[in-house]
Amino acid sequence: MKLIWTFWACLIWSTSAHALDTSMAERTRACTHCHGEQGKAGPDGYYPRLAGKPEGYLFHQLQNFQQGRRHYDLMARLIEPLPEAYLRDMAQYFSSLHVPYPAPALNASGVSANVLARGKALALHGDASRGVPACVSCHGAQLTGVAPDVPGLLGLPLDYLNGQLGAWQSGQRRAHAPDCMAQVVKRLASDDLMAVAQYLARQPLPANTSPVSLSVLRASNPAPTKQQVATDARTDATPAATTWTCGSAPGVVGVQP
Amino acid sequence: MKRGLLALCVALLALVAWVVFDNFADGVDTQASAVSGPATAELVAQGAYLARAGNCVSCHTAPGEVPYAGGRALATPFGTVYASNLTSDAATGLGHWNAQHFWRALHHGRSKDGHLLAPVFPYNHTSLITRADSDALFAFFQSLAPVARATPAHELRWPFGTQAAFAVWRSLYFKPTAFHADAQQSPEWNLGAYLVQGLGHCAACHSARDALGASGALDDLSGGVMPGVNWYAPSLLSVTETDLAHTPTAEIVRLLKTGQSSHAWVSGPMGEVVQNSTQYLRDDDLRAMATYLQSRAQQALRDSREPDPAAPSRKPSARSVANGAAVYKDHCAQCHGEQGQGKAEVYPALAGNRAVHMPNITNLVQTLTYGGFSPVTHVQPQPYGMPPFVLTLSDRDMADVLTHIRQQWGNQAPTVTEFDVSRVRVLQTH
Repeated sequence: MKLIWTFWACLIWSTSAHALDTSMAERTRACTHCHGEQGKAGPDGYYPRLAGKPEGYLFHQLQNFQQGRRHYDLMARLIEPLPEAYLRDMAQYFSSLHVPYPAPALNASGVSANVLARGKALALHGDASRGVPACVSCHGAQLTGVAPDVPGLLGLPLDYLNGQLGAWQSGQRRAHAPDCMAQVVKRLASDDLMAVAQYLARQPLPANTSPVSLSVLRASNPAPTKQQVATDARTDATPAATTWTCGSAPGVVGVQP
Repeated sequence: MKRGLLALCVALLALVAWVVFDNFADGVDTQASAVSGPATAELVAQGAYLARAGNCVSCHTAPGEVPYAGGRALATPFGTVYASNLTSDAATGLGHWNAQHFWRALHHGRSKDGHLLAPVFPYNHTSLITRADSDALFAFFQSLAPVARATPAHELRWPFGTQAAFAVWRSLYFKPTAFHADAQQSPEWNLGAYLVQGLGHCAACHSARDALGASGALDDLSGGVMPGVNWYAPSLLSVTETDLAHTPTAEIVRLLKTGQSSHAWVSGPMGEVVQNSTQYLRDDDLRAMATYLQSRAQQALRDSREPDPAAPSRKPSARSVANGAAVYKDHCAQCHGEQGQGKAEVYPALAGNRAVHMPNITNLVQTLTYGGFSPVTHVQPQPYGMPPFVLTLSDRDMADVLTHIRQQWGNQAPTVTEFDVSRVRVLQTH
C-alpha cells in the first residue's frame, strides 16, 4: 500500500516538475531578455517598458518594426517571420501586465531650471507659435496614454526618450499615415525635444498609471473648433491646423493650442 | 594576321549569335488564342496548393504587404533584386498575361515581353514544372484580387543587371528541362523527385553557389552557405549533417510538417519554408519528398567513403572549458536544461542535436547572435523563442559556450575558437 502511495506521489511530483509551461511569459522569453522580466524595462536604461502599455500601441510597434517604419536590427530580425495573430497575442499579453513603476531615476539636479520649464510648457501647453500641440492633448492629462493606441510618456528612460524623439525628427521612426507624431516633432528644434525629454523623464507616476479612455481624453481637452485638417503631406506646411488626426490612433483628435 | 583577326571576329559573332539563339529562340507561341480553357474552382485550388509547395509567397511578398503582390528585396552578391507582383493587376501584375506567357516564364525564364528574367527567380527549377501544373498556378494567380504595386527596378551592379549578362549566364548554366521519371524507381519516389527538384527548389539553398551565383544541379543537395543571409543550408545527403539516410521517413515528414523531429529543429530560413510552405502540404506529397530524400541520402552513403566523424580537434584550454560551462549555466541551462535535454516541443535538446555538432558552425553563431522563434505552424501557433545574445556574449564567450555544447552529454564535435566565431560574424549584415 505504502508503495502505491509512493508511486503516486512520485508520479504527481514528476508531472508537475516537468509540466509544460504554456504561459505567454514562457513564450515571450525572447522579449523579456532585453525588456526585463514581465516587460518592466531593461536593466540598461534603453530597452523600454512593455508592461501595461496600450495593446493597440504595442501591436502597431511590432508591425512598425516588421514593416520598416521603426529600425532596430535585433528586434526586426527576431519578429520578422511572426504572423499578425501572434503579434496581437503578444501585445495583448504585455498590455495586460500591471507591474508597479519604479520612481524616476532622475531628480531635478543635473539640468537647468530653464530647460525643465521649457519642457514642462511644451508637455502641458504646446507651442502655439509653431503649431505644436501639448503632449497631454493626445497622451492624456496625466500622460499615462489613451487606450488602445496612444502610449504613456512617463516611466521611460531619458536615453530612450531622446533616442525616439531624435528618430522621429530624422524620419528613422515612423507610424501609419497620417503620421501625426512625425509632423509634431519636425516642427520642434532639437533643444526643445531634449527639454521635453528631460522633463518627462523626471515626472513621477500618478497613483493610477493605466491609460485613460478616449472619452476621458475628449473630456479633458477643450472642444475642437469646426475646422479639422488631417495632417497628411499636403497640410504639413500648415501650422494653422486646429486638430490632429493620427493613422495609428483612430479616434484621437489632438487639439492645437 | 589579318586573317586571324577576321577569324576571331567571325568566331565572336558566331558566339553572340549562338547566345542570342540559345536564349530567345524558345519558339513559345504567346498568342492568347487557344491556350487554355476557363479556370475552374478546382484548378484555382490546385494552383493555390502548388504555390504553397513552391513557397512563392515568401519571395513574392514584401513585409506587411498583400501576399503575392511582390516588392520584397532579395539581397545577392551582385546587388538587390525585387520580386515581381503576381496578382491580377493589369498594369503592375500578371493581369495581361496568358497561360502561354506564364508557362514561358516558368519553363524558359522569359517575361511576357520576352526579356530574360533575373536568375534569382529559380527558373532552372520551375522549368521542370509540368504544363498542367503551370496552368493551375496561373489560374490561381489570376484569381488573386488585383493589387496595384509596381515592382521596383532591380539594383544590380553593372554589368550583372543587363540582358546580355543574363543571356551569357543562361547559356552557361540554364537549359529548359522537362522532368524525366526514373523507371527504376517507384511512383512515390518520382513524385518526391519532381517536388524536390521542381517546385520545392530545395537545391537553390541546399547546394553551394559558385562565383557567378549559380547553384548546383537540380538534384544537388550537398549543402552550401546561402549568400546574402549567411545561413548554412546543410547537406541533405551527408551522414554527419542531416543523416537522412538513417532517419525514418515519418520523422522527415514530421520535420517538414511541424519544424521539429526527434533529433532536429528547423531554424533560420528553413523555419520560413516550414511556416509558409511545407506545413501546408498533404501527407502523401510530404511522404513522397521524404522517400526521395532518404533514398538519395542512402545512395550517397553507399557511394561515399565518408570518414568517421573526426575526434575532437584541438583540446580547449582549461579557461575556455570553465568559461563555456559558466556561460551555459548563466544563459542557456534555464531553457535547454542542465544536461542539454531541452523541453519537448518547447526548447530543442542540445544533446544529440545534429545542428549542434555539424562541422559548419554558421547556424550556431547566427542563432546565438540573433535568437529567433520556431516556425508558426498549425500545431504550434504561438512558438517559443530564443533572445539575441549579441549584446550579452563576446565572440570569446560564444566560442567557449559552443565548444561546451559540442563536447558535453555525448556530443563529440570539434572545438570552436574565437577566430571561427568572428569569421562567421564578419559576414553578418547589419
